[in-house]
Amino acid sequence: MKWTWWKVLTVVCLLYSAVAGFLLPVPRLAIVNESIRNLYFHVPMWFAMMVILGTSVFRSMQYLRNPSARLDILSHEAAKSGIVLGLLGLATGSLWAKYTWGAWWTPDPRLNAAAVAMLIYGAYLVLRGSFRDEQQRARVSAIYNIFAFAAAIPLLFILPRLAGNSLHPGQTGNPGFNKYDLDSTMRLVFYPAVIGWILFSFWMTQVGSRLAFLQLKLDEK
Amino acid sequence: MKNNLLARFFSALCLLQLLLFTGTSAFAQAPGTEAPEMADVLRQSGKIYVVVAAVVIIVAGLLVYLISLDRKVARLEQEINK
Repeated sequence: MKWTWWKVLTVVCLLYSAVAGFLLPVPRLAIVNESIRNLYFHVPMWFAMMVILGTSVFRSMQYLRNPSARLDILSHEAAKSGIVLGLLGLATGSLWAKYTWGAWWTPDPRLNAAAVAMLIYGAYLVLRGSFRDEQQRARVSAIYNIFAFAAAIPLLFILPRLAGNSLHPGQTGNPGFNKYDLDSTMRLVFYPAVIGWILFSFWMTQVGSRLAFLQLKLDEK
Repeated sequence: MKNNLLARFFSALCLLQLLLFTGTSAFAQAPGTEAPEMADVLRQSGKIYVVVAAVVIIVAGLLVYLISLDRKVARLEQEINK
């Protein structure tokens, strides 16, 4: 395998965030206490998910303009990586909620919207599995993928904000992190963690795609 | 040979991180009187390094697994594309 710069960067960023995430100081806040460090692990899942799902949609659009089995594979593998990251985001969020809000799940607009977004993506996998004809599968799933992404944007970024009251941070007003949520020392770990997990998702997608390309090549022979 | 290089790279990385970050835990050690409770005892006793080591093992393990998959796929690619 080739050690490209971004693979080295993935290893460095992830190991750095695992060490610095526990050892660098964090703000002393009531209720969250030390669990504020979850920010370094829970939030990057969602960042990486959005980036890799965006890549998947981009590949789907490319497919519809210029159909090829390779583009279908790239889009499918990227969507799979995104779904894995989204599920990990939901699981870590649920665990964090249990110990700060007192329940595994709360009927919170952001939580429910994120769950619905994941279900929509789950349907993508079901849809793909229901076709025998490869070209039809590739075309329909490319179209559905665009719909799923278009549905995920309002579900994750707009509706929770319109709904107002929420326990989830970054909810009222600006959905990003304000000064209270993220201070400058936390950024030192948070940004490398985000970069690391985004690159990790690309790496997973790349390996999966290359394997699928080989399968394709063998099938063609 | 490549494996050897990889192992050396990893150990250098771990060492660098230990050197860089063992000092910084001193920041977090000043116990606040009214400030919200944090895991100060865990830091003072040094047991936090046990947690860090465990997480580093898991992350490194996942990365090694991904790298090994990558290498296997690369080998297959070489074989099939011959």
